[in-house]
Amino acid sequence: MANANHTTRRTFLGLAGGAVALGGVPIVTVRPADATPAMLSSAIRNIVGEANVRTGKVKLDIPPLVENGNTVPMTVSIASPMTADHYVKSIHVFNEKNPQPNIGNFYLGPHAGRAQVSTRIRLADSQKVVAIARLSDDTFWSATADVVVTLAACTEEAI
Amino acid sequence: MKLLGCIAVLTTLAGAAVAAEIPQAERRSGYSFMTADTEAMQDEDTANPGMLWVLDGEALWKRRAGAADKACADCHNDARASMKGVAAHYPAFEKTLGRPVDLEQRINLCRTNHQQASPFAYESRDLLALSAYVARQSRGMPIEAGSDPKLAPFVEKGRELFMQRQGQLNLGCINCHDDNWDKKLAGSAITQAHPTGYPLYRLEWQSLGSLQRRLRACITGVRAQAYDWGSPELVELELYLMSRAQGMKMEAPAVRP
Amino acid sequence: MPSALINVPAKAKRGDIIEIKTLMSHIMETGYRHTASGEVVPRDIITSFTCRYNGTEIFRTDLYPAIAANPFITFFTTVTESGKFEFEWIGDKGFSETASASITVE
Ligand code: HEC
Ligand code: HEC
Repeated sequence: MANANHTTRRTFLGLAGGAVALGGVPIVTVRPADATPAMLSSAIRNIVGEANVRTGKVKLDIPPLVENGNTVPMTVSIASPMTADHYVKSIHVFNEKNPQPNIGNFYLGPHAGRAQVSTRIRLADSQKVVAIARLSDDTFWSATADVVVTLAACTEEAI
Repeated sequence: MKLLGCIAVLTTLAGAAVAAEIPQAERRSGYSFMTADTEAMQDEDTANPGMLWVLDGEALWKRRAGAADKACADCHNDARASMKGVAAHYPAFEKTLGRPVDLEQRINLCRTNHQQASPFAYESRDLLALSAYVARQSRGMPIEAGSDPKLAPFVEKGRELFMQRQGQLNLGCINCHDDNWDKKLAGSAITQAHPTGYPLYRLEWQSLGSLQRRLRACITGVRAQAYDWGSPELVELELYLMSRAQGMKMEAPAVRP
Repeated sequence: MPSALINVPAKAKRGDIIEIKTLMSHIMETGYRHTASGEVVPRDIITSFTCRYNGTEIFRTDLYPAIAANPFITFFTTVTESGKFEFEWIGDKGFSETASASITVE
């Protein structure tokens, strides 16, 4: 639903008569099949295996309403000690509706001092983002956020 | 359904009474319409992707080019001193041409006349990098473009273009940016169109882009044929926009959604 | 050579936890776009980012097309001794870039 609406509005405000891009090659963003919930869960299974993923410990900071899905700031932090015995091994971030479910894997260790990473991501549409942390005892913890993406007005690309 | 909704929105915009120009006290940079996250991206140099072009520009500034085998630095020395405040008064009147040129065109004049090299293409990485590097030297300084009396007829032409309705949607820039700047268009803040930050990093573009690129996007947005790169019309619009932003602070390289 | 911006404090006390910020110039072409004539624009992304502190790997990231153009990555580390942080970005089409920053630890 939301998807169809966005497409219409973009076409409407977008360029009449074709796409414009710089550097000579007109680019049309295609809409490949979205990653399905099954793809998302198999991407998660690839990382966690048969382990149980529990909710908690992980904080996923991402604006609930973003100005442009091309560059969405995101910070993941984990409430965990960072000592030789208890620490965060890795952080994995996934999305629900981009063409591919993976966003990034971040590997850290006790020397990090603080289990926190930030980056900027692309979200093709309003959707869920999932962050999973693997602790040194091989337990997995997660957090989920819903993001609403507004599309820019006056775009050069036709979809 | 949705299409009809959009037309209704735009007709309402177009139908609104034509307001007078935005009063001085109410002028606001596009920056102040952004979310805190996007503002933070602009504010911190290591977080601002536009700074990558500034870095490239700094390297190009020192690189010799053309038949004259001269670098920008050979004539202009340290840009931090020689280019301070320069971008804040562009577009400026160019005697030899008898008309205004924007910063990119000024740089290309130095390419052709002084370096004896071929001009950079519009929106090429090198031209964006050099203009970002030059514009960066005016950060925080007040915009001064348009005060040269020789520019008056060109500012006036730019103002007429700004008011003129065009395209299938029959909208003038003014219908959005003066009459409805405090509203949103399907989620995006309309803003007052003050060109305080160019060249700037637009999240939508995922790249740095010039003011001409931004203007062309707004023109195609109302489904009109955009003026050609470097055309007098685009430079006049740039000049009018810069002159109505006089006194506002330069932010280049800014970040916008 | 593509530009990179690195932010590492010049000085810190032994045991301090510092934040490292990195910004690398790259288009991150997803491989999911087509030209108007229908050809796929081939994927061209950075696939891996690594940070070493005096030779030892302290942080690594796998990147996917969902990472925004001009990748910005920040993380933390505990500083133990003066020396050098080395950064490496590897990607499609033979992309391979390095940068470094030094720190004085008191
Ligand atoms: C051979 C000397 C020479 C070189 C090389 C040169 N310039 Fe210039 N530049 C000038 C002169 C002289 C002017 C004054 C206008 C004129 O006479 O063209 C000028 C003017 C300018 C101005 C406008 C300054 C103002 O106050 O309005 C800018 C911006 C500029 N140059 C940028 C550059 C850049 C960027 C490069 C390198 C790509 C460059 N120049 C290379 C000689 C040079
Ligand atoms: C239908 C409404 C509409 C019309 C008509 C329109 N614009 Fe815009 N313009 C926008 C919106 C919305 C934005 C905000 C950017 C975004 O998110 O797309 C914008 C952004 C801009 C900006 C960028 C401001 C900044 O902070 O960098 C400039 C400059 C601009 N417009 C100039 C113009 C000019 C010149 C015209 C006429 C040729 C025009 N616009 C016509 C809606 C419009």
